Amino acid sequence: MRVAVMSTCIGDAMFPEAVKATVRLLRRLGVTVEVPQAQTCCGQPMVNTGYLDEAVPLVRTFVSAFEGFDHVVVPSGSCAGSVRHQHGLVAARSGDAALADAVRQTSPRVLELSEFLVDVLGVVDVGAWFPHRVTYHPTCHSLRMLRVGDRPTRLLSAVGGIDLVPLPRAEECCGFGGTFAVKNADTSVAMGADKAAHVRSTGAEVLVTSDSSCLMHVGGLLSRGHAGIRTMHLAEVLAHTPDEGADGLDAADGTTSVAR
Amino acid sequence: MPPFPTAARAALGDAQLRRNLAHATGTIRAKRAAVIDELEDWEGLRQRAARTKDETLAHLDEHLLTLEASLTARGATVHWARDAADACRVVADVARAHGIRDVVKVKSMATQEIQLNETLAEQGISAWETDLAELIVQLGDDLPSHILVPAIHRNRTEIRDIFRDRMGAVGRAAPDGLTDDPAVLAGAARLHLREKFLSTRMAVSGANFAVADTGTLVVVESEGNGRMCLTLPEVLVSVVGIEKVVPTWSDLESFLTLLPRSSTGERMNPYTSTWSGVAPGDGPQEVHVVLLDNGRTKALADDFARQALRCIRCSACLNVCPVYERVGGHTYGSVYPGPIGAILNPLLKGVGQDPATDALPYASTLCGACGDVCPVAIDIPGILVHLRGKVVDAHRGDGLPKAEAVAMKAAAWGLGSAARLGLGERLLGAAAGLWRGSRAGTTRPVITRLPWPGSHWTRARDLPVPPRESFRAWWRRTGRDGGAS
Ligand code: SF4
Repeated sequence: MRVAVMSTCIGDAMFPEAVKATVRLLRRLGVTVEVPQAQTCCGQPMVNTGYLDEAVPLVRTFVSAFEGFDHVVVPSGSCAGSVRHQHGLVAARSGDAALADAVRQTSPRVLELSEFLVDVLGVVDVGAWFPHRVTYHPTCHSLRMLRVGDRPTRLLSAVGGIDLVPLPRAEECCGFGGTFAVKNADTSVAMGADKAAHVRSTGAEVLVTSDSSCLMHVGGLLSRGHAGIRTMHLAEVLAHTPDEGADGLDAADGTTSVAR
Repeated sequence: MPPFPTAARAALGDAQLRRNLAHATGTIRAKRAAVIDELEDWEGLRQRAARTKDETLAHLDEHLLTLEASLTARGATVHWARDAADACRVVADVARAHGIRDVVKVKSMATQEIQLNETLAEQGISAWETDLAELIVQLGDDLPSHILVPAIHRNRTEIRDIFRDRMGAVGRAAPDGLTDDPAVLAGAARLHLREKFLSTRMAVSGANFAVADTGTLVVVESEGNGRMCLTLPEVLVSVVGIEKVVPTWSDLESFLTLLPRSSTGERMNPYTSTWSGVAPGDGPQEVHVVLLDNGRTKALADDFARQALRCIRCSACLNVCPVYERVGGHTYGSVYPGPIGAILNPLLKGVGQDPATDALPYASTLCGACGDVCPVAIDIPGILVHLRGKVVDAHRGDGLPKAEAVAMKAAAWGLGSAARLGLGERLLGAAAGLWRGSRAGTTRPVITRLPWPGSHWTRARDLPVPPRESFRAWWRRTGRDGGAS
């Protein structure tokens, strides 16, 4: 089984700890991971803003980087969703039949991390240890584009020492929405502020999601509000084991209000 | 109307509006979820309804001709209206032919779309809304803010004030000592409206469905005011969008199950009225049907987005939309607000012409909640993206490209190859080192202020400082050998 990790552009540039954790976790579960160096971005920022032609080269780069793998694991519901649901459209628009064919081969093999763990590896307990009060935001694209269902929370529930508390109105969008966050900044912030308030109401120390962009948005609001709540990617929690010494929070990728 | 982001800013400042909206949509959402869970095969029903609509739309011309023939055979007069002006003219002409200066109306999206009330008013004809919420909106000199609950943005104290201050000027005044008790308010509206029903000789309606083979129009409602309008006056004019046609009577079955459950969370509509042409000696003795295009054939010409014409105006998509819940219906600048408005308005009007219409496909986070609840399975998020593409394409030839277009092209170029991306990340990491120098602490430092356009982000949100080493660089350094971080 040849498995590649797609780091995603935002994971690569802004949240490398989340991607490193994905690699560590998969290796611990016995998977030999490859990270094709030719990969860049799924093209979602362009597609979702309406720049479909501009996304064509990115789709091309994607298929040539990931052709031939049995599975491509993505620590992002949004990017996995974009590949599975939008690459076909972009390729069709390009009028390039070979590209469309390559997309048909590659995109169904692209899986969000929790899908790969539960469906392909068949594990729910990944042997993690994370003794903290945690709440989970399921992310719209994981829920409604990929239909990952409760896979992430099943994985989290099996983590040793964890105190997983439900998030009120969990399935509601956090308001990030890609360029929506800047094009409609006021509405985006209003939605995110409500999400942040729900997170606070749980008394959790850590907010976990499987999408770096949601983390960046809600984390940015929590940080601005001095909430003292950290944000972490699902992979970071699942990758953490007792023999790593620290309690896991040092690895936290999110922002806090400490450093100003 | 200002474009969505500007209108939203104003609406977001109205705390009362947001509380009213959150309360009302939350209540309907819960009711809807409960009644849908009762049905065994909601998904199957939904797909069947979607198929019926699609097949009808594929042969819309034939079904419309059948409808015209059967309506005519039953004594109705059919008019074809290309646009709003055509449709309004027909209604005004009918009123004038009978010397009528007042008409009663049952709530109708189509007549709001063509701004019938305003056009009639210019010609000295008064149109009186008889739906309770529409009455509140009309008396309050306001605009509807929800498809089904037009006064969703008003609470009962506001409604009491509107009734007390305005009813007297246009008909029977509200009784003295009016309280904000819902039953008392409804009582005042009933007395006010009854006088209108009994004194008005002409009514205007829309239709939820138009059955082609029997020539039957269908209106569903919950207050009974519609039935009054459809039966008491001498003359009835119905303005019906051409997409409302269904081929046969039996096609109604799935729609009449889907609609009330999706819209008000009820198993059945309290009133379902159907009428076919003229019944001698019973009800209106002159019946007109205006079949309205007003951009619908333009939407029909779009192979993918055509499915938006399946919409049965249930408003379920509004009630789950987190954007709508925060900004309300007026922000969309149209009688069709929320997710369906964000796609229907650009489809009916066409993109690339005015900034307000072009902003609508972007008035969504693409969270997908709307598509999931839609009883006729319209892929709203997909159409939003499709229309964004059309908006961008419509402006590709602009003399001076938008900053956004330049940024997107630059980003696409930067992300187009791993080498260019890696270089960008090294620059970002180096820049981040400058920030890092001035900050301490065990957790990740943040950026609290950026120049425009980054200020759109940092006005209310912190941004993590980019890491010095990207994942790509880390992998090169250690990862591929299976080394530890
Ligand atoms: S788009 Fe669907 S959910 Fe929205 S109003 Fe129309 S039928 Fe209802």
